[in-house]
Amino acid sequence: MLEIKQMTSGYGPMQVLWDLDLKVNPNEVQVVLGANGAGKSTLLKVIVGILPLWSGLLELEGHDIAHMSVTARVKRGIGYMSEKGIFPELTVEENLRLGGLSKQKSETREQIDSVYQRFPELKERRGYVAGGLSGGQRKLVGIGRSLISQPKILLMDEPSSGLSPRYVSEVIERLAELRGQMTLVIAEQNISFLKIADTVSVIEGGRTRFEGTVADFTNDDNLKTAFFGIE
Amino acid sequence: MQSTDSKMKRLVGPTIATLVPVIAFALAIHVYSNELLLTYMAIYVALAQGVNIMYGFTGYLPFGYFGFFGIGAYVSGLVMLDYNFPPVVAVVIGGLGGALVGAILLPLFRLRGAYFAIGTLAASEAIYTIVANPSLQSITNGPYGLNLANYYSSGMAYGSAIGLVAISIIAVSYVRGSRFGLTLKAIRDDPYSASMAGVNVPRQRFYAWLISAAIAGMAGSIFGWATSVFYPQAVFDSSLSVLAIVFALFGGIGSVWGPTIGAILLYSVYNAIGISNPQYFQLIYGVVIVLLVLFAPRGLLGFWNFIAQTLRSKRKKND
Repeated sequence: MLEIKQMTSGYGPMQVLWDLDLKVNPNEVQVVLGANGAGKSTLLKVIVGILPLWSGLLELEGHDIAHMSVTARVKRGIGYMSEKGIFPELTVEENLRLGGLSKQKSETREQIDSVYQRFPELKERRGYVAGGLSGGQRKLVGIGRSLISQPKILLMDEPSSGLSPRYVSEVIERLAELRGQMTLVIAEQNISFLKIADTVSVIEGGRTRFEGTVADFTNDDNLKTAFFGIE
Repeated sequence: MQSTDSKMKRLVGPTIATLVPVIAFALAIHVYSNELLLTYMAIYVALAQGVNIMYGFTGYLPFGYFGFFGIGAYVSGLVMLDYNFPPVVAVVIGGLGGALVGAILLPLFRLRGAYFAIGTLAASEAIYTIVANPSLQSITNGPYGLNLANYYSSGMAYGSAIGLVAISIIAVSYVRGSRFGLTLKAIRDDPYSASMAGVNVPRQRFYAWLISAAIAGMAGSIFGWATSVFYPQAVFDSSLSVLAIVFALFGGIGSVWGPTIGAILLYSVYNAIGISNPQYFQLIYGVVIVLLVLFAPRGLLGFWNFIAQTLRSKRKKND
């Protein structure tokens, strides 16, 4: 589905990613773990096209997407939910409508209705300004908006960011409902997300430290100690 | 059938928002005989709506908005004088002139926030300096301005100003209710996230800028036509931008009604005291701006919505 080999990139002259590798299979949930500053957000930004790829390979379904614009990548099936996730000044309905910009209005309407079916609490608050919602509901708006574009692969940057543990559990539950329906790449430092993951990548200092299944990861004591300080 | 009904329902608000001020202006001349003043008021309504499209929907404050106004006045005046174009056609050409200059100033969008505002101000001052330059007297008549007395028709100019009010309100209504407007609001909220949502940020912003510049160009054209004799400093006057921005903010940006209400109310105050006692007007203006910032940052309409929402939630609680 998504293949990255020896990716290098960064901000201006500052290199953040160093020969990073990543492979995501179709309909798989992959959690990209890493501490603050490890390069998780940078990785997602390069995939979606906000940051340029300096060198290396970036392929979606076997097609080189490295030189495509953000819009072209979105049309190819990449969905992206930033850490902020929403447009706080816009209403819930307007946020969701933004997810369907590349679609016919009628199709967008159908998709919005299906998001409301999936997340009924958003339907009740469709006219509310998104910035006034609870943290968990805001994340649902972000997820809902990403779903409306019906991406083949959805990249999520720290969906737990700024949420209390209760809301984190709620977001994880909702994401679990998407398992098997689409490919998810979740960049996180919260290991609770491993509950819904099929595979894990660990990034440290812009390099891939580990790639494998959740079972492989949890059985690797050295890695757990190095990464989480768990003895 | 249902979708036709909902489309009709969606058109009711914009139609009322357009017709009420248009009819009010059309009738006002029978109550208040100062046609030129009413023409200027209509021009300010259009200018405030033009600012609304740019600032209210994209968040870019066009402090140098007067540049498009001045260009419109000059382009339309010159095509009347040099090519004998009918004034109404010249007004449209003046609007196109404003849009063309808007396109030329596109690189200003590399700037953001206060830098963008100052950049547009500097660009408009530069245009003024070029137009008023004595060495360009053969083209622009330099510092001596234009005399359009041969084309003077106060009634036609007033009618055109009312037409421009309608055009500007229809433009804002369209922007507010369309996908285009939604993308602009997303840009205003967060241009970075908007581009990630698939919004072509530079293109959408450019279209908004062109519409806004064209409205100012047409407003300047009608101003020149109605005034009939004008000098460069009268049409390239930075206070035009300040007034248009304050009117739009006072009424409430991002809405259809706000700039219309703001322009009519404040311009009436300006005429009631601003001309005879400008010092009091400056004082009142200052107080209005301070009150606005403190108590109604979203303008009169935002304040009204806040009160209505509070009353509704109180009523809900009591029920």
